[in-house]
Amino acid sequence: MTSYLLETIRSKFPDDILETHAFRGDETVLLKKEALLKAAAFLKDDLGFDFLMDLTAADYLPREPRFELVCHFYSSKHNYRLRLKCPVGADDPKVDSLTPLWAGANWFEREAYDMYGIKFEGHPDLRRILMYDGFEGHPLRKDYPLKQRQPRIPHRG
Amino acid sequence: MEKKNAETQKNWNLETLEDGRMVLNMGPSHPAMHGIVRVLLTVRGERVTDADVEIGYLHRGFEKTCENVTYNQCVPYTDRLNYVSPFINNVGFALAVEKLMGIETPARCQYIRVIMSELSRLTDHLTCVGANAMELAAFTVYFYLINAREELYRLTDAVAGGRITPAYTRVGGLTRDLPPDFARMAAEAFKKVRKNLSDADKLLTRNRIFYDRLHNTGHISKEDAISFSFTGPALRSTGVPLDVRKATPYLVYDRFDFDIPVGSNGDNYDRYLVRMEEMKQSMRIVEQALAQLPDGPISHPDFSVTLPPKEEVSCNIEALMAHFKLTIEGVKPPKGEVYQAVEGGNGEVGFYIVSDGTGKPWRLRVRPPCFALTGGLPQMIKGGYIADIISTFGQINMIGGELER
Repeated sequence: MTSYLLETIRSKFPDDILETHAFRGDETVLLKKEALLKAAAFLKDDLGFDFLMDLTAADYLPREPRFELVCHFYSSKHNYRLRLKCPVGADDPKVDSLTPLWAGANWFEREAYDMYGIKFEGHPDLRRILMYDGFEGHPLRKDYPLKQRQPRIPHRG
Repeated sequence: MEKKNAETQKNWNLETLEDGRMVLNMGPSHPAMHGIVRVLLTVRGERVTDADVEIGYLHRGFEKTCENVTYNQCVPYTDRLNYVSPFINNVGFALAVEKLMGIETPARCQYIRVIMSELSRLTDHLTCVGANAMELAAFTVYFYLINAREELYRLTDAVAGGRITPAYTRVGGLTRDLPPDFARMAAEAFKKVRKNLSDADKLLTRNRIFYDRLHNTGHISKEDAISFSFTGPALRSTGVPLDVRKATPYLVYDRFDFDIPVGSNGDNYDRYLVRMEEMKQSMRIVEQALAQLPDGPISHPDFSVTLPPKEEVSCNIEALMAHFKLTIEGVKPPKGEVYQAVEGGNGEVGFYIVSDGTGKPWRLRVRPPCFALTGGLPQMIKGGYIADIISTFGQINMIGGELER
């Protein structure tokens, strides 16, 4: 059973949609990462999804492609939510930035970069946000050990 | 793993730029910065021309930790997200896991969750307005509001056994029922809260100094607020009537009569007014919920979700096994992913959980409302005076625990 919304997106991007499903009322679209920006623009301009509520990632090690970028959209006009996901491979962890569409994507993407090492192309200022300069690795990756310790960084004058 | 080089090194020293502007550091340790945050300002005289907010001083790896403990063990960690409204985080997390499992809690549990969430909203707003007033030199008001908050903390202490870190919910239920005379205690506490709120209102709302510090400062337009993913009072102050409790009602919020106050100007004064009104609405909700509060169990009856009662565990092998499995392995939601949003003190608190079918979440993401708000802070303080940062920052109500997790 697919809803009208999922059908609309499917028919708009027939070649880019990998999967659509609804679980517990959450509708999800899985699409190729190359289509992320244009799909997001379509959602924003044509379907009325004005809020980028959340943008994050998940690590599915050892699956390939390893990462998944997860965006939650909300439409205040239709009072509707939609989840957009795109698989991102570990060998080339790059996706298009959503900052041209939503200013709020700036910090969310910086966090996803910080935590997972996914690079956002077109991001104006992609640098770590929660961890410090000089931190090695990306802590939310599944192969980053839970109790990993890193040497203290010298005092910055 | 790649090594992060220092390509983005900023110059932290106080310096004067060639065009006469000055680089000024505000924080990380500053009396008016709640928690620790650094605002790197470029100023021309008293005016802020550019700002960069640096966060990350309170990052504790909440999400990483939760991936390594069972679902119910995550609950105490959620207390420490927004630590002035812990019940809302508890409830949001429990609701997300319950949505993942496809179960619903008994009516009494849902009512109690609403009551505790609204008490948390009150404590959140009281702290925000009180601290904001204090930073703007209205120290008396701070004590009025913190005293009111203390009354509510005593109330939540009597219910959950904790003032700030109650860890009150469990997947499928609550740790304990309300104390027998809770309605009377709540009525007494509300009397004091109303008195203190009215005193604060008289001292602040039409106070010339307070008004001038808040009115037309920290302004943000409706379009910008939406673009920055603002939610909560900061969004509503621009006139967008978006509240998760009304838009996508969870628990039993659709059974209560309450209003969503909105502003029109999108400035600090409107945010202050929205918060003041929301506190009154929260008390309305609690009073209605207490009047409607049904009797009955507070936890889901299935022993694969909630712990069986102790006498059952001692006398019944099935219950003993259920107890053991739940304690050692934890509840096991089916494979899948859900996003559950609740209305926190500062806006939409979202929990995104991915389950792989085991007792531990594969991925637990919290969508903190402060994160988007603090991301929009540079936009709100640019062009204003340095002194206005204090009121804007206070009305953003940045909570470090939730911002950086």
